[in-house]
Amino acid sequence: MNLGPHADFIVAAYAVTLFVVAALAGWVVLDYSAQCRTLGDLEARGVTRRSQRKG
Amino acid sequence: MPIIDFANPTRFLTIANRALPWLIAVTVIVFAIGLFYVMNAPDDYQQGATVKIMFLHVPAAWLGMLGWGLMSVAALGTLVWRHPLADVAGKAAAPIGAAFTFICLVTGSLWGRPTWGTYWVWDARLTSMLVLLLLYFGVLALYWTAEEPSRGARAAAILSLVGAVNLPIIKFSVDWWNTLHQPASVFRMGGSTIDPALLTPLLIMALAFTLLFATLHLAVMRNEILRRRVRSMRLMQAQELAEAT
Repeated sequence: MNLGPHADFIVAAYAVTLFVVAALAGWVVLDYSAQCRTLGDLEARGVTRRSQRKG
Repeated sequence: MPIIDFANPTRFLTIANRALPWLIAVTVIVFAIGLFYVMNAPDDYQQGATVKIMFLHVPAAWLGMLGWGLMSVAALGTLVWRHPLADVAGKAAAPIGAAFTFICLVTGSLWGRPTWGTYWVWDARLTSMLVLLLLYFGVLALYWTAEEPSRGARAAAILSLVGAVNLPIIKFSVDWWNTLHQPASVFRMGGSTIDPALLTPLLIMALAFTLLFATLHLAVMRNEILRRRVRSMRLMQAQELAEAT
């Protein structure tokens, strides 16, 4: 595939897009594991939500 | 199952957990097909290979605007019906919409230099798109800095509705003002002006990016529901400690 005389601009555009999407996906994955870990810690300490309480 | 059941956060989490793996798989497959078409797309007769930037720039622009449209609809849910999932949906769309708007501006700038001879001009289309990015930053700042989440949500919802005025300005800026940016060439009266050899990969990439947006939005909404549960449990814990002492 020949990208011609402006290959740098094309490659830079795809690289920036890949970087932003990867950063967004990475943040989502890390945030999910952090929330799950914190929820697990709280439940292990016996903390429950109001809706989970009986009686 | 009635549609209202989807609005229950616990039910939503179950659905999101089931749907996300499938959405990720479909997104990857459509991206693979789209990139295959992009690699085999012919050069434009005027722009040469730089037309390949269009396959990123145009979907990113559409999704930057779609994100704000979604936030505006969610804002109605927050302000009128005060539904917690509406606020979750609006808050989750903000960083994703901002990211796509940023991609649109950067790729547009990188496309502009070889085709127009400049990275940036203060024409109506480019400026209104930059305003959209600044509006996204404003909404994110309201969400992230509000001490009381519900007050931040109301303020962000109001800004989302006010900022929706910018969407038709972006869309019609190329018709209302004399701009360096080209007029609409895909969705226009009389049909698209783009050759099918370039339109097909553009539409496939637009579908791939839309699926990516949906996947990320669902995942960020799931994270936000979990974050609110953590906050609620910490408040309960603090209340119990205060009562015990």
